[in-house]
Amino acid sequence: MSLPPGAALVVAPGQHAAPRVRNRVLGVLVLAALPAVGALAFVRVAPNRLVTGEAVTLLGLMSEARHALWLPAAVLMFAVFAPAARWVHATVLVASAGLLAALFWIAGSEAALQSAAPASGLARVSLGGGFWLLVVLAGLAAADAAQRLDLAPARRTIALAALLLPLAALLAAGHLDALSLLKEYDNRREAFDAALLRHLQIVLAALLPALAIGVPLGVAAARSPAIAGPLLAALNIIQTVPSIALFALLIAPLAALGLRGIGLLPAAIALTLYALLPIVHGTASGLAQVSAAALEAGRGMGMTAAQLFWRVRVPLALPVLASGLRVTTVQLIGLAVVAALIGAGGFGALVFQGLASSAIDLVMLGVLPVVALAVAADAGFALLAALLRKDAAR
Amino acid sequence: MIELREVGKSYGAVRAVDGVSLTIERAEFVVLIGASGSGKSTLLKMINRLVEHDQGMVLFQGEQIRAFKPEDLRRRMGYAIQSIGLFPHWSVARNIATVPQLLRWPRERIAARVDELLALLDLEPALYRERYPHQLSGGQQQRVGVARALAADPEVLLMDEPFGALDPISRQALQHELIRIHRASRRTIVMVTHDIGEALRLATRIVLLDRGRIVQAGTPAQLLAHPADDFVREFFGGDERGLRLLALQPVAERVHAGESAPGEPLPHTASLRDALSQFIARGVSRLPVADAASGRVLGAIHFDDLLAPPSPTP
Repeated sequence: MSLPPGAALVVAPGQHAAPRVRNRVLGVLVLAALPAVGALAFVRVAPNRLVTGEAVTLLGLMSEARHALWLPAAVLMFAVFAPAARWVHATVLVASAGLLAALFWIAGSEAALQSAAPASGLARVSLGGGFWLLVVLAGLAAADAAQRLDLAPARRTIALAALLLPLAALLAAGHLDALSLLKEYDNRREAFDAALLRHLQIVLAALLPALAIGVPLGVAAARSPAIAGPLLAALNIIQTVPSIALFALLIAPLAALGLRGIGLLPAAIALTLYALLPIVHGTASGLAQVSAAALEAGRGMGMTAAQLFWRVRVPLALPVLASGLRVTTVQLIGLAVVAALIGAGGFGALVFQGLASSAIDLVMLGVLPVVALAVAADAGFALLAALLRKDAAR
Repeated sequence: MIELREVGKSYGAVRAVDGVSLTIERAEFVVLIGASGSGKSTLLKMINRLVEHDQGMVLFQGEQIRAFKPEDLRRRMGYAIQSIGLFPHWSVARNIATVPQLLRWPRERIAARVDELLALLDLEPALYRERYPHQLSGGQQQRVGVARALAADPEVLLMDEPFGALDPISRQALQHELIRIHRASRRTIVMVTHDIGEALRLATRIVLLDRGRIVQAGTPAQLLAHPADDFVREFFGGDERGLRLLALQPVAERVHAGESAPGEPLPHTASLRDALSQFIARGVSRLPVADAASGRVLGAIHFDDLLAPPSPTP
C-alpha cells in the first residue's frame, strides 16, 4: 500500500497527541506490579506461626498507611511516558527509593495494627508474595534508573546503598517489630548471631585457602599451557560434582585421616575446591590478557623477569582477578548454606530447621541474610574491580 | 661501537640470520631493510640479546655482548617497537622514566629528564606529563615510546619498525623529529623498516638483507646509483630508482651561482626531484633558485644538471 505524498504530514499531529512509551523497561515493571497490587497477598495474617494464614491484598489492608504508596507509584507511571533525560532518571531513582520505603512502612503499620487487635496474642503477620514482588520490582526500577544515569561505579554503589537507608531507619526505630519475621528474629537472636558468625567463618575458611592455593596455580597455568589444560579440566570436573555429593565424598577420607568428617573442616575443604576454579581461571586469564607489546618493551628496556612480573603483569592482571574473586565469594556465600547439612552451621542451619518444621518465617530468617550478604559482597567487589581497573587500565 | 662477526641464528632447520658481518660506527644511522622473513628484525634483536645468536660473535664497545648481564646491556641501549608497548597503568611521565628508575636515578634528575624529553618530542610537558597512554593518539603514543627509549641517554637506539603502524602524517612528523634528534645528539641509531622511502630519508647507511644475508650495504645514493645486482635494483623500485635518486639530492648542490632565469624561484632546499617536476610542469629548461629562508636569488639550475652523477655524500 502506498500513501500519497503529504499523508504523513496529515497523520503526524494525531500521533503526537497520544502519549508514547519512552521507557519500556519501566513500563514492563509497572505492568508487572498491577497483579501484585490487586490480586496477590501483601501480607498474610495467621493465628500462630505454624499455619499459613489468610491472604490480605494491598487494597484490603486495614492500615491507612497504604496511601503512602500513591505518590511514588504515580511518579513512576508518569515516568514511563517521560522523555529520556537525566533529571527524569534521577526522579525515577528517588521515586523507586520512596516506593521501597513506603512498602516497608505500610507492612510494618499493618502488622502493628493487626497485632494490636484484641484476642490476637499469638497472631502472626507475615509478608506475602505481593509484597516481595513489589520490593523486587521497585529494586529493579531503581537499578535500571541508576544504569541510565550512567554514574561512575563508586557513585552508583553509593546511590544504590542509599536506597537501603529508609529500611535501616525503619528497622532501627522498631516500626517493623510486629512483623512475624522480626518476631522470629527476636525469639532466635542468639541463634541468628551465631549463624551469621559461622556463615562468615565458613566463607573465609574456604576463600583464604583457595586464594593461597589458586593464585600460584593460576600463575603456573598462565606460564605453561601444559599445566593449564589438565589443571582447568580437573577443576571443571570438581565444579560439576553436586555440593552434597562432595560433602559426602569427603567424609570417608577425612575419617581415615582421623579427622571429623562433619562440621567446619569438611565444609571448608569442599568449598575451597569449588572456589579454586574461578580463582585459578581469573588469575590465569588476568595474566594472559596483559599486552604482549608492553612485555616486549619492558624486556627490551632491561626489566628483569621479577620486575616485569611485579611492575607490569600483576597490576594489569589484578582487575580480572578481582572479578574472579567476586564470582567466587558470591558463590561461596550461597554454597555455605548447604554446608549446614554436614553440621557446619551457618544460615543453612536456620533454613533447614525451618523447612523441617514448616516454619516459613524461620526459612526466611535464614535466606534473607544470605541474599543480603551475597548482594553486599557482589557490590563491594564490583566497586573494588572498578577502582582497580580505573587505576590499572586507564 | 657495535660489531657483528659472522653471526647467525637458526630456528630448527631455518637459518633466520646467516653469517652476517657488520660494523656500526658511533653516530651512524643504520637502517636494516628487507622483505618480511629477511631476518632484519632478528638481527636487530640479537644486538640487545632479546634473541641470542648461535653463531659468530657480537661486540658492543669492544666487548662480547655475552659478557654483559642482559639487563645491563639493554639498559644501555634504547628500544622502541612498532606496537609501542607503553605500560597502560602508568602515566606518560612514569613510562618515560622506566629505565632511569631501573638505574635508580635521583628523583629530581628523572623529573627534569622527562620534561626535557617531552619537549624534545614536541609534547608540551605540563599538558602530557600526567596523561595516560589511552588518552593519546597513536602518533603521540609513539612520541612517548621514542622518548622512553631515549630516557637514560642510551649509547645506541634500537628501533624495530617504530613508525610502521602510524598514519602517514604522524609518520612523516616523527621521521623529521628523529632526523633532528640524530643530527643534534650524534647518537648511534639502528632501525629496522620495510619502508624504502623511510630508509632513504633517514639512513646514513642502508643494509639490505635477503634470506638472512646482507645483499648490499652502503649510503642511500650508493645503493640507488650502483646496485650490486638485479635484486637490489628491483628492491629499490626498478623504474622509480632514478626519481628516488633525484629525491635524495638538494638543488643547492647544482646551482650555477649568479645566473638568472625567469619565473618563480625554487627554494634551495628543494630536491632535484622537485626541480624535475617543475621543469616538466613549466615546460622550461632553466629555473631560478632562491635561499629558502631569505628569498634571495642564488642562481639558476639547468635541466641537464639532473643528469650529472650524484655527489658521493648525499
